[in-house]
This record gives sequence, structure tokens and C-alpha cells, in this order.
Amino acid sequence: MNEIWRMIGRRLLLGLLTLFVISVVIFGATELLPGDLARELLGQSATPETLAALREQLGLNDPAPIRYLNWLWGVLHGDFGVSMATKKPIAELVGGRLGNTLFLALYAAALSVPLSLMLGVLAALWRNSVFDRMSNALALTSISFPEFFVAYILILWLAQTGLFPSMVRITASTTFSERIYMGFLPALTLTLVVTAHMMRMTRAAIINLLASPYIEMARLKGMSPLRVVLRHAVPNALAPIINVVALNLAYLITGVVVVEVVFVYPGLGQLMVDAVTNRDIPVVQAIALIFASAYVLLNLVADVLSTITNPRLMHRR
Amino acid sequence: MQVLVVLAVALVAFFGVALVSRAALRTFAPAHQKPTFRDMPLTASFGIAVILIYVLVAVFAPLLAPFKESEVVGAQYLPWAAPYYLGTDKLGRDMLTRLIYGARNTVGIAFATTALAFTVGSILGIWAALVGGWLDQWLSRFVDALMAIPALIFSLLLLTIFGTSVLSLILVIASVDATRVYRLARSVAQGIVVMDYIEAARLRGEGKWRLIRREILPNAMAPLVAEFGLRFCFVFLSISALSFLGLGIKPPTADWGSMVRENATLITFGDITPLLPAGAIALLTVAVNFVVDWQLHRASGLKE
Amino acid sequence: MEKQVLLTIRDLKIEGRSGDAWHQIVKGVDLTLHKGEVLGLIGESGAGKSTLGLAAMGYARDGCRISGGSIDFDGIDLRAAPEADRRALRGKRIAYVAQSAAASFNPAHKLIDQYCEGPVVHGVMPREKAEADAVELYRRMRLPNPDEIGFRYPHQVSGGQLQRAMTAMAMSCRPDLIIFDEPTTALDVTTQIEVLAAIRDIVRQFGTAAIYITHDLAVVAQMADRIKVLLRGDEVEESDTRSMLAAPREDYTRSLWAVRSFARPALPAATGTPVVSVRNVTAGYGAVDVLKDVSFDIHARRTVAVVGESGSGKSTTARVITGLLPPRKGEILFNGKPLPPSFKARSREELRQCQMIYQMADTALNPKLRLRELIGRPAEMYLGLKGRALETRIRDLLALIELEPDKYIDRLPSELSGGQKQRIGIARALAAEPQMIICDEVTSALDQIVQEGILKLLDRLQGELNLAYMFITHDLATVKSIADEVVVMQHGQVVERGPKAELFAAPKEDYTNLLLSSVPEMDLDWLNRLLAARGEHA
Repeated sequence: MNEIWRMIGRRLLLGLLTLFVISVVIFGATELLPGDLARELLGQSATPETLAALREQLGLNDPAPIRYLNWLWGVLHGDFGVSMATKKPIAELVGGRLGNTLFLALYAAALSVPLSLMLGVLAALWRNSVFDRMSNALALTSISFPEFFVAYILILWLAQTGLFPSMVRITASTTFSERIYMGFLPALTLTLVVTAHMMRMTRAAIINLLASPYIEMARLKGMSPLRVVLRHAVPNALAPIINVVALNLAYLITGVVVVEVVFVYPGLGQLMVDAVTNRDIPVVQAIALIFASAYVLLNLVADVLSTITNPRLMHRR
Repeated sequence: MQVLVVLAVALVAFFGVALVSRAALRTFAPAHQKPTFRDMPLTASFGIAVILIYVLVAVFAPLLAPFKESEVVGAQYLPWAAPYYLGTDKLGRDMLTRLIYGARNTVGIAFATTALAFTVGSILGIWAALVGGWLDQWLSRFVDALMAIPALIFSLLLLTIFGTSVLSLILVIASVDATRVYRLARSVAQGIVVMDYIEAARLRGEGKWRLIRREILPNAMAPLVAEFGLRFCFVFLSISALSFLGLGIKPPTADWGSMVRENATLITFGDITPLLPAGAIALLTVAVNFVVDWQLHRASGLKE
Repeated sequence: MEKQVLLTIRDLKIEGRSGDAWHQIVKGVDLTLHKGEVLGLIGESGAGKSTLGLAAMGYARDGCRISGGSIDFDGIDLRAAPEADRRALRGKRIAYVAQSAAASFNPAHKLIDQYCEGPVVHGVMPREKAEADAVELYRRMRLPNPDEIGFRYPHQVSGGQLQRAMTAMAMSCRPDLIIFDEPTTALDVTTQIEVLAAIRDIVRQFGTAAIYITHDLAVVAQMADRIKVLLRGDEVEESDTRSMLAAPREDYTRSLWAVRSFARPALPAATGTPVVSVRNVTAGYGAVDVLKDVSFDIHARRTVAVVGESGSGKSTTARVITGLLPPRKGEILFNGKPLPPSFKARSREELRQCQMIYQMADTALNPKLRLRELIGRPAEMYLGLKGRALETRIRDLLALIELEPDKYIDRLPSELSGGQKQRIGIARALAAEPQMIICDEVTSALDQIVQEGILKLLDRLQGELNLAYMFITHDLATVKSIADEVVVMQHGQVVERGPKAELFAAPKEDYTNLLLSSVPEMDLDWLNRLLAARGEHA
């Protein structure tokens, strides 16, 4: 058992290290700017005096490592700095929107994970059947669709008829059931995009195992196909399946950006796109860091879970 | 009801294109290639046909298009009627013309980006697998860290910094995707490097370059070609997504992603015109995916 | 006394799919098995023996189909019966023991859970009774700690023990018939004995009928009442074990026996400077020493066989000699001069002098290169041959390994048979014109008759080209046929070394003795005598 805790500990440390490196990359990226932040802000016509004053005000005269540490210190205390476009603290801009985005991602996950695992297992069980071929072709097709294509088709189909709203207006007073109702189309879009991928990979993970000698052994012991898949294949496919789920939940984070724009959903993705358009670098940095952290955390959880489900690691010799 | 009609039409079109294309491939393929096409699935022949059509449209765009790429030909949002068979856009440019030019711009840029990402990523990946040691360790850890940032988010960050010109778009997407190619190329090459024939070649005293060229690359081609197809889809979709967000290819260049964005308002009036460029993107990605899926299935030795 | 018939197979045909064409794997075989009888199925790879064994359970692997004939198990027509009925028989009345127990136990479940699955699902007995039964059978299979071993996961148990646990599992429903599919092939010889003895005892105790599939005649002679010989899906002959051993009727059967008789007389001990001299080598990976103080010499025109079971360090020794693994201590002398430890530091000339032939020709030949380049490259690189001269040399080499140059020179490895691929491996080594060749288990992936061809070829080439061979093998039959000197290794150390005749006649060390006596002999009573001699069992 000690072994496993040590392993989990190592993974956690590695995760922290990755977060650190990511923060360096995100911060360091701004160092690649042809000029500097002050020149970006004021444009080419700025006088040397105003530039110098602004540099002083932003602390740009300090060496990069000091500025990085200051920034990191702030981030760790929930202070992401000030938006260049709106002059408001970034934490304030991000606050409510982070909740909205998380809600949307969880909503989509709650729909897609059970659905795709079930479809994946069924496709593996009935492989090469008509169901399998159809679902494979459909999955390939829906993987290939850009998110906005799916979104607009849904809008055309479900919002035109007035069933669901095509724009999401969420305020602090919106109730949970209203959120579920208004968020349905964005969540459905995300679900359609990730389900196909998750299902295909679940199917592949199981089929990969179906060629193993122990699966043949189970069949030769007279076990039914369903029992072979559920009791003999699935426990060994857990690690790959967990990773598939994590990968796709992480993908939701990216998909959320486009979907939020289509449905005018007040989330982080929407904010990030606006910030990129305005070249509001501090805001972009902050949101990139939040998205990347969520991504790292997800992968970390998946890693730990798949370690725990591996009997070779859980029960040492 | 409408949905069912659309589905039925789509299915008929799919089978029609697929069957004709398979028949054509079987007839015109050179003799030694014939077995390849004999048992090809309909999805794959459909994919090949669609890709060929896109390439032809892209190459002969100026001949096919009825108007000039960014010529304003009439009032905005004209309905589908001759001579504007698919109507006009927000600025009164011919939709059909811009769709045709889009094949050239969007697909061309995506292809160039993929090629760049692929060359850089696969060379570094194979090199790292062959050399091993600290170079491999550092390069791989670095790539791991970069891959820990979601691709679209990282692209957005870099685009903020470098601005959104076509060149920086290509460079940014290519470098983000090169990390993914590196990962795959490295793992494929690692599978090959442990083979006895590589050990034999090393013990013979062969140089690195020959090892890569004669011993590793020929054996890595099948998975790398499939990866090229998949990568193209990813790049194509991300460029389209960025253009859709207004951060990719900029007007007046005709591009499918930005065409969706410019004309999106029509959707709310029940007009499907903006879905055409989106559908064009989807159709090509589907086609490439179908072909790649077939290739992967063949390469896996018909395991299932 | 006429025994009751249990299984009747008539004119059975099984097809396998390659691409979209079907070809026959089993071509109309008849088989009759009585209750309590053990039938040995013997044949080389591709003979269809596993496919036939599985068909006795009414089962065909993915990509195979039973296309003709009848299978009658105790009055039940297995071809006509619905799948649910066949499933009810499998595991309950007909059980299966697979070749690799390590791969055939599900890694996610404990041994005893897998044992109990059959009896519980088939409704033979409840879980508690099955658990008690498992412990009893583990005891009968002479597994250590029978009370406790079932509560381990497969990866926590050794290969030989797993194989016995699998036999116990097959017995769990007290079936009428068990199919043993090469159950000891993957085991070391010393482990094989224990498993063979345990399997034989339990089958006799319960009076279970069995089909015992193997490629090893000596093994099947210990286990079976009758033997059936298969060749490429056809029956060659069938008779009771005693007369099969004494007087085989068919040429093919006789040729299977004859392989063991190929032996060349050992040459007298060589004098002078050895070609390669391994001096006090200690080497390993990470913190572990895999080799400890290993020394031996190899002389020109002599063959040194390095024998040992898996994990004894014989392949690591080869890696040290070739320079892939620089030793921690000790050195390699070549013609009396020390070689640089790593191959990277060796000169082209030094690399040329020592060549290697690998076990798996499939992974040792680049599948994308044609024979012309595979063989030609060393000649081009080391000897600077080009154009016409190179072409001539490649053709000479192909002729030397008995392959027609015109027919083969532009082929890919995938267009060759296993034995031919191994010959290409030999030609590639010869192309460098070396003084010494390391042969790493070069025959163990091949069928017996093909093995013989390769051994004869290597022997002839040695005489013609004055080569020194280091022959790594776990197969003592090979050692007997080709070695001049033998080096016995265990746990990374040299246990004993000396001329072949002396070592085989009078081994000095216990381990050598154990190893030599564990090799199955073509004698009905070999296992009985051996067990009696070891005092384990009467």
C-alpha cells in the first residue's frame, strides 16, 4: 500500500510542477512581445515621457523574474491584476463567469459521460453489427463537425420552433431550473461533440482487450457475452476509459469557448475572446491560467484513479 | 418532417457518391492497387471522392466562380436566385463565389499549417526516440508541459501576443500542433527503435541519418500518414473555430469560418445560408476522417 | 474391454479467414475419444492442432469457422446445438487449459474468484463449497500454501504455479473432458517436470478424458494413451503411444524422431589464443548485477553453447560481448586484445568481426527492405563493394544459404517462410565476413525439421569459413547436436563449463544435473523413473 501512496504523491508533485511550468510559459509569453506592455497600451504615437511613466506605474522596469514572482504572488492570493481595457480588477470580471462556465461543463459532462460509456460498451458487445457500424459512422461524422455547425443546426431545429432559447441570459437571480432550461442547447451541443469521441475510444479500449487470452478463457468457461464484457473486459479497461473521460472533459474546456460565443453565454470563454480581440493581455493570461489549471487537475485526477484501479499496482508481490 | 427529408436526401447522396466513386476507383486503379480498393468500405470511397472534389474546386476556383472573390455584386442578403444562386452576404458579395474561394483559402492555409507542424514534430519526435538520453528527456518534458495547456487556449494566448495575421496564425497553430505530432512520432519511433533490426543496424555502425531514413521512416510511414490526416482535421477545425471567433483569417479573404460568423444573424430568421460554409467544413473533415479510419483499420491488420 | 465413447469427430473441416478469402486450417479430420482416455495431438505450428482442440468444445476463434463435418460430445451434436447449450457445456463438462497461464488468468480478479466463477455460474455448487473445493484441488496440484494462494492476484504467482492453478480451475466442475493446449511450452524445463507430474496425477485421479496438444513428442509420450500426428490440417497417423514410439509407420512421423539424432562429433579442445575471451565480467542494469564474474573463451572453428533457464543471464552476456551493455568490471578480449566496452567506441573493423543472429527473424529483419539491401548493406559498408561486385557477392551469399538468387533477391522478408528468414539473418552476418557469430536462440522459434536444416547449415558454414560460434540456447537437444563446449549459467553466474562429452556424461554440479535430467526423453517411463529417482513421487 505504501507504494501506491508514494506513487500518488509523485503524481501530485508532478502536477504542481506542471502548473508551475505552465505559469512560467503563460507569463513568459508576454516577454515575446515585440515592444512591451506599455507600448502596446499607448501605441506608436506615445511620447517617451508617458511611456516611462506608465512603465513605472506597471512596474515594467523590474527584471522579468521579479515581475513574474509579483504576478504569481498576486495570483495565489486571487489577485490577477487589472484589465487594460476596462480598468477593472480581473478577479471581479472572472468571478461569476467562472461559475457559469463550470456549470455548463458539468452539465455537458453529466449528459455525455453515462451516455457515451453505455454506447461504447454496447458497440463493443455487438461489434461488427449494424448498430456498431452505424454508430461508428455517426460518431466519426459528429467528431468532424465544428462546434458552431452543431450549435447552429440545433438552433435552427430546436430554437426556431421556440422550444429552447437560442441566447442564454443568466444573472445572479436566475434559478437552478431556469439555468438547466436555458443552458440546454449549449450543453447539448457540447455533449454531441464529445460523446462520439468518448464512445469510440471506450469501444476501442474494450475491443482491444477482447483479443486477450483471458477473454478467450472466460468464453471457454462458458460465460455469456455480456458477462465476458462486464466482468472480464471492463475492469481491465478502466484505466484507459478513465483517461478517455478525462481527455474529453478537458476537451469540453476548449469547446466551451466557441459554444459560449454562439449562444452568447456569459462565461469565461466569451470573456477570453473579447480580451483577445482587445489584446487585453492580463485578462487573457488570467483566463489561460485558469483553463490550464482545470486541465491539469482533471488529468491528475484521472491519473490517480487509473493507478488505483490497476491491481498490479494495488497488490504488490 | 423537414429533418427527415434532409436526412433522406443526405443518405441518398452519400450512397450515390460512395458507390460511383468505389466503382471508379476499382476500374481505374493500377493493377497492383486493385486489391486495396476491392474491399474498401463505402465510407472510405465517399471520403476519397469528396476530397478529390475539394481539391479540384480549390485548384480551379477562379474558373468555377461566377464573380470575383471580394466583389460587391448586389444588395446585402439577397435570396437564393439566379445569378446569385446562393444569395449574397452581409456586404452584398456573392455567396457561391466566396464558398468556392474559401476552398482555396481555408483548406490551403490548413494544409500548409499541418505540413509545417508535421515536418517539425515528426523529425524532432523520431530524433528524440532514436537518441534517447537527456535530449529526449528534456524535449519530452517540455512538450508535456506545453501540452498541459489546452490547444485552443494556448493558441488564443499566442495570437493575442503576435497579433492575428495569416502568417502568425499559421505559425501559432503549427507550433501548438507540432507538440501533438511530436508525441505520436516519438511513441511510434520508440516502438521501432527497440526492434532487433535497429539494434543490428546500430551494431553495424550505421549513422543516425541513415538509421532514420532507411530503417525507421519506412516502418513509421503508415501511422504517420494516418496521423497527418487526423492532424489536418484538428488544424482545419481550429483555424475555422478561430476564424469564427474573429481571430483567424480576416475579411476580405473568403474563409468559411468567418463567413459563418458574418452571416450568423440569418440563422435566427430560419435562413440556412450560414450553414453552407459550416457544412463545407464539416463535409471535408468527415471525408478525411473516413479515409483515415479505413487506413487505420487496414494498418491494424484487420484485428477485429 | 470396450470403453464408452465420449467424443466423436467426423470429417471435420475448419476454415480461417485471410483478407476476404477463406482457407482450410483443418481438412477433414476424424477423432474418437473414450471416457477416461488421454489422446495426444502432436504437430508443428500450423498443423491445426489448437484449432482442432477448440473445435472439440464447439468453439472457433474469431476469424475461423467450422465449415463441415460433425462433432458429437456424449450424444450432443455440438454443431447443431444452439450457442446457449454449447455455453452450458463449456467449463462444466468440457474444460480448457491454455498455453500461457499468465496471460489467460484475468489480471483484475483473484485466483479463487476465477476458480469459483465456473461452478457458481453453471450452478454446480454454491460459492462457499466452491471455495473449499478450490483449496482441496490446489492441495492436490501440490501448490504451496493451498489455503492462501487462491487469494492472490495472478501477477503475484509464478508461471509454473499459475499453470497448476489453471489446471485446478479446469477441474472445478469435474468435467468429462479437458483440452490441454501446450500447457508446459512456456515453462522452463525444471518447472515443466512439476507441472507435468501434477497434471498427470489429477487426470488419473478423477478419470478425466483429455486431449493433450503439444509439439514435443517426449512430453506427449509421458501423458497420452494414444497419439495422433497432424500435418497442415491433415492426419498423418494415429496409434497407441507404445507402438507409435517403437515403430512409426509414416515417413513424416519418422522425420520428427530423426531430428534428435542430428549430432556432429565434438572437436578436440582448441589451443592458442581464443577469438573471444570473456574475462571476469560483472554487468547489470540500474543497481542490479545481472552477471557476476563471468569468464569463458571461444576459439576459432569451435562452438560454445551457453545454456540456462530464463533469467540466467545468457542473453546479457551476448549484450556485453557486442558492446550494447558495457560491463562494470572485467573485459572482453578479441584475439588477445581488449575491446572498447561500448560498441560506440569500437572501430568499424572491430564491429565487423563479431556478428549476431537473432531469435526472432521477424523483428531482426527490417520488413520494408528487400533482401538485396538487407544482405548487401554490410558488404557495401564494411568491404566497400559496389555495383557489379556487390551484386555478385549478394548472389553468392544467397547461394551459400541455399536460396535461389534469381528468385529471392528482390523479395521482402514478409514473402519468406520462418526458416528462410532465419537463413537471411545468417547471410547478413556472413556478409560482414566475421570471425565470430553470436547465435541467440536462433532455432527456438522454428519447427523441428526447419531447426535441423538451420543447424546443419550453420555447421557446414563453420567448417568452410572457420567461424567461432557462441550459441545461446535453453534447448539441451540443440546443445547436444552442435556444441563443442558447454557453459551452464544460473542466476548470472557460470555454474559449470567444459567439453560437451564430459559435461553430459558426468556433470559435477547439482544444478547441471537437475537441468540435464529435466529434459524429456523419448521413453514412456522417463517421467516415472525421474520422479522415483528424485523421491518425490512413486
